[in-house]
Amino acid sequence: MCSENKEASSRITWEGCSVLLDINDGDRLVFARLSPAAKLKIGNKNCSLKPLIGCPFGTVFQLDSSSDGPFLSPLQPKGNVNNTEEIKDGQLNGEVRDNRSLIDNNTAQSLTGEDIEDMRRQGAKGDEIIEALIANSATFEKKTSFSQEKYRLKKQKKYAPKVLMRRPVARSICEAYFKKYPLKIGFLRVDTLSLLLSMANVSSNSDILVVDMVGGLVTGAVAERLGGTGYVCNTYLGQAPYSMDIVRIFNLSDEICKRILRCSMSDLLSQKESQQQNLLNDESQSNDQMNVLGGIEEISHSSENAISDLGAENTTLPALRACKAAKAGEKASPEVVDSWKENGFSSLIIAAPDVDTWTLVKDLLPLLSNSAPFAIYHQYLQPLATCMHNLQLGKMAIGLQISEPWLREYQVLPSRTHPCMQMSAFGGYILSGTKICSS
Amino acid sequence: MLAIDSTRKISFNRSISNGDLVIVYERHDNMKAVTVSEGSVLQNRFGVFKHSDWIGKSFGSKVFSNKGGFVYLLAPTPELWTLVLSHRTQILYIADISFVVMYLEIVTGCVVLESGTGSGSLTTSLARAVAPTGHIYTFDFHEQRAGSARDDFERTGLSSFVSVGVRDIQGEGFPQEFAGLADAVFLDLPQPWLAIPSAAKMLKHDGILCSFSPCIEQVQRSCETVQSNFSDIRTFEVLLRTYEVREEKMESSQVNGNGSNGSLPCKRRQCSGGAGVLTYPTSSVMARPCGEARGHTGYLTFARLK
Repeated sequence: MCSENKEASSRITWEGCSVLLDINDGDRLVFARLSPAAKLKIGNKNCSLKPLIGCPFGTVFQLDSSSDGPFLSPLQPKGNVNNTEEIKDGQLNGEVRDNRSLIDNNTAQSLTGEDIEDMRRQGAKGDEIIEALIANSATFEKKTSFSQEKYRLKKQKKYAPKVLMRRPVARSICEAYFKKYPLKIGFLRVDTLSLLLSMANVSSNSDILVVDMVGGLVTGAVAERLGGTGYVCNTYLGQAPYSMDIVRIFNLSDEICKRILRCSMSDLLSQKESQQQNLLNDESQSNDQMNVLGGIEEISHSSENAISDLGAENTTLPALRACKAAKAGEKASPEVVDSWKENGFSSLIIAAPDVDTWTLVKDLLPLLSNSAPFAIYHQYLQPLATCMHNLQLGKMAIGLQISEPWLREYQVLPSRTHPCMQMSAFGGYILSGTKICSS
Repeated sequence: MLAIDSTRKISFNRSISNGDLVIVYERHDNMKAVTVSEGSVLQNRFGVFKHSDWIGKSFGSKVFSNKGGFVYLLAPTPELWTLVLSHRTQILYIADISFVVMYLEIVTGCVVLESGTGSGSLTTSLARAVAPTGHIYTFDFHEQRAGSARDDFERTGLSSFVSVGVRDIQGEGFPQEFAGLADAVFLDLPQPWLAIPSAAKMLKHDGILCSFSPCIEQVQRSCETVQSNFSDIRTFEVLLRTYEVREEKMESSQVNGNGSNGSLPCKRRQCSGGAGVLTYPTSSVMARPCGEARGHTGYLTFARLK
């Protein structure tokens, strides 16, 4: 069930696989682990995630009901193309309908809530309810085709919710967190994350030193790129490693998980000989990992959708433990640490909002090999400016640059193309550069 | 540029040897790719540098000319390569490149199709992302340009991950042998809509297409074509704003004693000594956006095969 080939590269889900569920076009985003017992609550209905096992990523599911209760079934692609064609035609024909005759007096819909409940009890499908709502709407025909489509979409979300199953990869995980829970990832936007990986030259067979105080997102993204070669060394100040929860959302293979190692900064900075003593301390690390393995993590902004405990954890946890033989974030062995000290890391990425940037860089930069690139993320400009200035004064690095990415999405539709009305105005700052030999 | 052999990790501590590609760094806006050749010299405004002086030095070293001028020798990376490669066409820069690699979900082992090859700026980063087990098949209809790109990939050590083909993708589409095999397809063509139906045939289920176009009219047309076979169609523009950092000395004033001007700041030096106001020069590190920036590169349209 958990053989190595069914991992990150797989385009079909398996039991124990992690998925991102996008409910109603991003209204809700849920990370889930598929098992026969796992359940997802949509509206007031609880449905099993079992039908999702063995389906290709990218499949859209629709909530249907049967005598056994609600269930998810794959949606056959249809209709979409026709709808957009209609819209296009409407525009080309120089549509004349507009909103001049619409009066907002709440009498347009003649079906009552009770009528709809009756239909449901008689087993009407979501689509049938939507058609009935349209047929009983006094104003639907007067709407422009654009607003007819909007109306249809609104009703669909309520009466025929759709669940899109996505692959949990760096892109989708970062976007989901940025949208619903940005604080957890330090407001790191997907374009900023992509720049960190490029600027730090993350490539196969390299050893990347990472300070990740953004929940494990950077660690996971780096490991995904390394693809089971080289190492990610996740380092931390003090005794307790930083949380790496997000790493477990990626479907990283055992081979890749083994390449994520933890090592305290004091161990990295100490002389080789002192290594032995620290072996004793490693038992205490990270119990936080086990809790998260099972269940379903919901990212939600609204309080009514607050993190939901879906009760599937108890039954699924043992199976998942067996699955995840290789745990990401083992303590680095003294041999590996020594090899890092000898060869130097090939690059450094820092995303540590709560630690002074310059003190970190001052300590960590000497651990890099010469000519190694580095990329440092921060939400604020000043710590990076100070760090850059000190690096210049100390002649420790060249090619220093602070950049701020800017990302704008567009709505592209016939005769209606323009930038999206809402955008993220800020994705953070990056200080990048290359370490040089100390003279 | 990449460590192909897993026993030889990327460690830039390795010293420079004859035949290595190095990036000669004068300033952040002045770099040059040089292949080290024992008998050669590099001549620039700082004087004459003998390559033989470089051999055996560590990457990241500062080296001196006959006149005492200096440059740094850096190990090549795709980011540095983008800054030094010879422009045979307009090229993609880091903001677009990194976003494309992330948004196309390209990781080790992926098969990626690209057209046109152009100057190979993006191709270099694509190759880094798929190595060591994936492959980039890139096509350009310009035979000489394809040849130069091939030479470049040889020089940067990427030729085992990149195959350059000469083919008019707008006219003929991608070769049939790749049908259903591509994890991702990247198009940078004047009329991308002509190549989109072929791109759809090449992609695996749920595979992603990206089209880069400088003009919105191209985007408009591509998006119409893409509708029929793709979902999750999204168009972005991504830019970078860079900052300059400086330590500035500023005067601050402090009112000494019972002056009637209260705590109002006094900006002029003439004030000092008079009326009981003293000035203290303080210095602080400050950042501001650079005055000039790239204002537009192109629009990136992504779509996922249904």
